[in-house]
Amino acid sequence: MNEQKLEEIVRRVLADLGAGSGADGATLAREIAPSADANLEISGRDLVRPASLPADVESGEVPDIRAVDYRELYNVPNAANPEEFKRLKRGTAARLGLGRSGPRYSTWALLRFWADNAAAQDAVFSDVNPDLLEKLGLFSVQTKCVSKDQYLERPDLGTQFDDAMIAKIKERCIPNPQVQILVADGLSSTAVEANVADLLPSLEQGLKLHGLTVGTPFYVKYGRVRAMEPIAEALNPDVICILLGERPGLVTPESLSAYIAYKAKVGMSEALRTCVSNIHKDGTNAIEAGAHIATLMSEMIQQQASGINLKV
Amino acid sequence: MKLTTRLDGITYRFRNITDVLAKANEPKAGDRLIGIAAQSNSERVAAKVVLSELTVEDLTENPTVPYEKDEVTRMGWDSLNQPGYQSMKNMTIGELREWFLDHRTTPDVLKRSARNFTGEVAAAVAKIMSSMDLVYAASRIQYTTQCNTEIGQPGTIASRVQPNSTTDDPEMIVLSLAEGVSFGNGDACIGINPVNDDAANTKRIADSCYEFMTRNEIPTQLVVLSHITTQMEAVRRGAPLSMIFQSIAGTQAANDDFGVSKALVEEADALIKQQGLCQGPNLLYFETGQGSEVSIGRDLGVDEMTLEARTYGFCRYFRPFMVNNVTGFIGPETIFDGKEMIRGSLEDHFMGKMLGLPMGMAPCFTNHTSISMDDQQIATMLLAMAGATYYIGIPVADDVMLAYQDTSYHDNATLREMLGRTAAPEFHRWMVSRELCDERGVLTEKAGDGSIFLK
Repeated sequence: MNEQKLEEIVRRVLADLGAGSGADGATLAREIAPSADANLEISGRDLVRPASLPADVESGEVPDIRAVDYRELYNVPNAANPEEFKRLKRGTAARLGLGRSGPRYSTWALLRFWADNAAAQDAVFSDVNPDLLEKLGLFSVQTKCVSKDQYLERPDLGTQFDDAMIAKIKERCIPNPQVQILVADGLSSTAVEANVADLLPSLEQGLKLHGLTVGTPFYVKYGRVRAMEPIAEALNPDVICILLGERPGLVTPESLSAYIAYKAKVGMSEALRTCVSNIHKDGTNAIEAGAHIATLMSEMIQQQASGINLKV
Repeated sequence: MKLTTRLDGITYRFRNITDVLAKANEPKAGDRLIGIAAQSNSERVAAKVVLSELTVEDLTENPTVPYEKDEVTRMGWDSLNQPGYQSMKNMTIGELREWFLDHRTTPDVLKRSARNFTGEVAAAVAKIMSSMDLVYAASRIQYTTQCNTEIGQPGTIASRVQPNSTTDDPEMIVLSLAEGVSFGNGDACIGINPVNDDAANTKRIADSCYEFMTRNEIPTQLVVLSHITTQMEAVRRGAPLSMIFQSIAGTQAANDDFGVSKALVEEADALIKQQGLCQGPNLLYFETGQGSEVSIGRDLGVDEMTLEARTYGFCRYFRPFMVNNVTGFIGPETIFDGKEMIRGSLEDHFMGKMLGLPMGMAPCFTNHTSISMDDQQIATMLLAMAGATYYIGIPVADDVMLAYQDTSYHDNATLREMLGRTAAPEFHRWMVSRELCDERGVLTEKAGDGSIFLK
């Protein structure tokens, strides 16, 4: 990939989207989220201040423990060389120096583990907010999976569609486009919610600048990477791209990947797919990723190749 | 062979031994994925009943994958002791279960019988054992092995310190290692999973850890868990490795995918004997776990627990220093929930000990299952009662490189204190000399401060 060319495209995409574009996605996400937030607030108030408590109970809230950068902490009393350990540990997300009580974790370390684990599991087990999909103009289809549990237990079903679903896809979508874009939950709905509102416009804008025709983008519920294959056979795009939430670790539940293939077919080799991974706010940010993916797709169409056959 | 039974007047007919073994297995996602699991609880119990009446000979002479077609089958069979096998081949699996639990079968007798059985026999007997059976039977079997230091003695619990880094940064690896050993982790080994699988990187990581290990006179062994061929190349280039690691599976087809064979392991064993840091005699480290075959489509229609037991036949062929069972790493398509993870861990630990292996355990979980920290700690405590040789140690149970959760530096110290155990003897004496624990092995105030090792 030509570095300058990429930067140029990112700049043009940003300009096209307007200066506040970065905020747009975030605003969108916030606008859609309030129902959940409001519920949290109500239940939070109930918990903290039930009506029976006196009115002088201190208001305010317990600070967000996930907002703390634990790389800055060294909670070891009477340590031999705490400053040096602390300086070094800024370079790793490993949970070092978070203290102990007897041989067990400090309360803070345990709560933070639970909070990070909960965020990761919620990312997997929740569904993408339908309001977000509506705002992005994405209609939804579903693989053969009927529930999240089945989806997790049967990776094969997350790549297949029944005939009625394929018919719906054919009916709703422009056939034979140069580029087809899909969004799927994969293993993190949080990753979709955190990135796609920024990524999708940037990607579509980038494709327009490359002069490519884009098919009808849509959302695949309970979708794995290989879900792109039957869809490619149904719609016959030159290049197909699926934007999909990655299996979350404890460090971030927001990581999204794009898997892209030229002339995808059912059962194609993994080696023929190109992957852009680690798309999240502390990795490759969504807007830049969109521009990068657009350029990659343009290259694929020119070279008629993807994966290990693509020269970049 | 009788492959049919009735329960409550309903007839249950099984096709062959592979079918009985699959249907008799406790619920496992991997078996459901390929459609070989029992369709009902009653069918599962019917299969257990049929299995209990099959003999050791039936299961030995009818392996789930034919001898001619599969190296793992051959290694299981070829590592049998024939007089021992002949002396027990007429026993039914039901009788064998009771033989394992009988007070008259002493620990010495149990250890002497390890080469009487193939993986299929081990899987069969474990399938008709309850959780407490599995813990009790295994608790009577302990093996010591030696690479540089010796592990597995009664009264000890060992651990592999696993200070992985997302960028293979030696400075970050050593920092986490320092905290790990300050908690008393690392007597089984210092073992790092690298991100990049090349010999230069393997050597670079080994060099940094070796410098730390020798500067602080830590009595243990060092391993970098790149592919076996990568480690061999690193050893040839002078990397200071104590032993060779490799993941193993229960079919030749799966091992082909892993790029490993008996011949390759023999070559590695010979190389590390000559060029490695340590005298041994045990210089190999194997990793196994239920579901690895089905996750890559190399299960040949055999249930994941039986394939795991067959893997131990491969391991037993050699004399490994340590075998690391990992349950819960792959995901819900092989181990669905906490219940399956706990049961699978107890089964594997028993089957490994039964077949003569020094079993270390990694009951663990990823974030795309419902398995929780509680499930993981429950499995760990049960395995400690069962006498597992060692556990993994990572900072606050979170491996940032492999993105999964396993036992922590804290957990290993806690297990020792709860059960009145210490680290392996040499490592324990080192900890006492560095004032990290008292004579009984309980952590001192100084423990958990990795900064005491900073230069």
